[in-house]
Amino acid sequence: MLSRTASNLFWMGRNLERAETAARLLDVGQRITLLPNTELGYQNEWNSLLQASGSSDLFREKYGDITQENIEEFIFFDRANPSSVASCLEKARESGRIVRTALTSQVWDALNVSYQELRKIERLPRSKLDTASLTDFTTGHTSTVRGAINATQLRNDGWHFMNLGYGLERADATARLLDVKYFVLLPRIEFVGSGLDTYQWQVILRALSAHRAYHWAYGGDITAGQVADFLILNGESPRALITSLYETVWHLEGLARRYGDGVPISARDKAREVLTALQARDIEMIFDEGLHEFLSWFIRELAEISNLVHQDYLLGGA
Amino acid sequence: MMSYYNEMFEGDRVRDPYARLRDWVETMPDDFRQMKQAEAEALFRRIGITFAVYGEGGDPDRLIPFDMMPRVFEQAEWRRLERGIKQRARALNAFLRDVYGRGEIIRAGRIPARLVYQNEAYEKSVVGVVPPRGIYSHIIGIDLVRTAKDEFYVLEDNCRTPSGVSYMLENREIMMRMFPQLFRNNRIEPVDQYPDLLRRTLESVAPAKCSDRPTCVILTPGHYNSAYYEHSFLANLMGVELVEGQDLFVDGEFVYMRTTTGPKRVDVIYRRIDDPYLDPLCFRPDSMLGIPGLMDVYRSGGVSICSAPGAGVADDKAIYTFVPEMIRFYLGEEPILNNVQTWTLWKDDDYRYVMEHLPELVVKEVHGSGGYGMLVGPKSTKEEIETFRLKIQANPSNYIAQPTLALSTCPTFVDEGIAPRHVDLRPYCLCGDRIELVPGGLTRVALRDGSLVVNSSQGGGVKDTWVLSE
Repeated sequence: MLSRTASNLFWMGRNLERAETAARLLDVGQRITLLPNTELGYQNEWNSLLQASGSSDLFREKYGDITQENIEEFIFFDRANPSSVASCLEKARESGRIVRTALTSQVWDALNVSYQELRKIERLPRSKLDTASLTDFTTGHTSTVRGAINATQLRNDGWHFMNLGYGLERADATARLLDVKYFVLLPRIEFVGSGLDTYQWQVILRALSAHRAYHWAYGGDITAGQVADFLILNGESPRALITSLYETVWHLEGLARRYGDGVPISARDKAREVLTALQARDIEMIFDEGLHEFLSWFIRELAEISNLVHQDYLLGGA
Repeated sequence: MMSYYNEMFEGDRVRDPYARLRDWVETMPDDFRQMKQAEAEALFRRIGITFAVYGEGGDPDRLIPFDMMPRVFEQAEWRRLERGIKQRARALNAFLRDVYGRGEIIRAGRIPARLVYQNEAYEKSVVGVVPPRGIYSHIIGIDLVRTAKDEFYVLEDNCRTPSGVSYMLENREIMMRMFPQLFRNNRIEPVDQYPDLLRRTLESVAPAKCSDRPTCVILTPGHYNSAYYEHSFLANLMGVELVEGQDLFVDGEFVYMRTTTGPKRVDVIYRRIDDPYLDPLCFRPDSMLGIPGLMDVYRSGGVSICSAPGAGVADDKAIYTFVPEMIRFYLGEEPILNNVQTWTLWKDDDYRYVMEHLPELVVKEVHGSGGYGMLVGPKSTKEEIETFRLKIQANPSNYIAQPTLALSTCPTFVDEGIAPRHVDLRPYCLCGDRIELVPGGLTRVALRDGSLVVNSSQGGGVKDTWVLSE
């Protein structure tokens, strides 16, 4: 497979996952506005979520005020925001268009339809749109694309590259959201264990569509330790760091097996190493280490795996 | 008022090849047609067959209008066209071999040296480099128009990278999907073997240094190119990689592509980018589309480039006037297909004639394409003609002129029902170890009433083209 093809499949996966992450952020924002809250609290929480997506500076420069309309515009529509739903869907579709020959017609169809629908939505007056329909639009279409990928793509190298993109992006998004909880949402230690603290953890769970699942898995109360365990170490949780990483390793193993000895496997080895390190921890160890320190380490390791994927496969040995 | 040959009717009588189609049209309920038209558009858009026109505003993924009424050839009509096209293709390649070699035709005084050697498309860097099998142009798109039952004229020869063949294939695909009954009732020769033939053609011109089964690729300028859909479509049907310049690199004697399993050697490049962009070390240094060092590998026989660099000198509009001469000179045959009478404005007599008759003529830039930079005298206002006259005066040798041809018309679905619209035809001739073409081509139709310009960039549409078997 051409390195450029692999690269486009990889980024197609990443951007589809990123579009979904953006839609989740919107959903959370919607919930925040529905709860009794001070205006300042609302703004702080929104700002922290923007920080999680790494785009709070861009938002402030361009829009200033945090209002529902501005946020919708920024997170869903704004092409200047590289993480907006519109940007990500457009980039994913562009990648798909470049590698048309590596996609089944169903996958292309799903991608292309999502983009055509997006253009229709963009032409509607904003007043005709509510947040829920925007998030439903996004998760509906990204699910359709993923379903088409699972149902129709050959389980070949291209499939592994797409899923590597999904896996790494998902691990990264979860880690960043978690990080924001400790780093931004909760600057004051006396809040730990308070009602506000619990509420914020709930917001994180909702942001990852994991609210119900959490209750099924742990029952009872929402505690920092359990939520963190659920999102970091619980292999049943679909967006947990360990699950995303496990899938990443699985796809890298698939590539290594497929390509044999002649092709470097440094990304596979690195991902295995990080997975082993993660498996060796329990949640107390992580809190002792400091959640923020742990997450910073993890995010760095992910970036390294991503770099090694690039070196092993995407440069083409020139 | 000019009279135009109607492909379907002779007087009130329907011509034989169209007989069944007439029944089809007459029994078709009105709303059925509209429904099918919408269905066809939805199919085209879903498959993503669009004609990207970037940088001109509007929809970047525009559809070329598709007309459901096919254009039909009888077997005998087609056989004659086929012979004529193959003859032309042989002569054009003989010409290219000659002008990059000894230049016999010039020594014999049959073509002026200046027109060849000072031509922008003449590539001095490949003089003496003979490509495999001596073939320079591997895919030749010859534009034809019909003016009477037995009169076809060649408008131009496209020897570099003629586009549109994907429309030929997709038009057929969509017609078969929508109207299977039509295909059961008419015996229509298939065109879907084209990608196989193209692949075989490319493999048959692999360089001598290639010992295994040749690895062929299609080289595209990228997904912003208006023909990108076609590039990916052909790559897909042939099962070859669609590469951009950045995917290829030169190492030693060969060209390689970057793959996930390391470098892989490439033997044949079907390039869809123009000569000046092929190799920044040899041509335009600012080009990001090409591959540094490619021309060295090409010259030393490490890779085949289709069409070969320099092939463009054969499809120049000034050289065009000499193609009948080439056929006589190289093949010792009489041309089967006619050229359109052409005045070349660098000759004094021609210049005088053209300037006196501008309102009757079509004037084209020598290097123009896509229907840009031309004057259609009878369809232009006085002002437009005078503006164009000044452009000609400024640089006469940049122009040729031709009479306004009475292009045949073919019945076409329009808002009001069915009406005659002007058409042309581009069949695609493949030159490798054999010279072949599939029975059919791309029929372009001028959708505006009375318009003679069929280019898609000027609002033309396309039709399926049928060749009936015996």
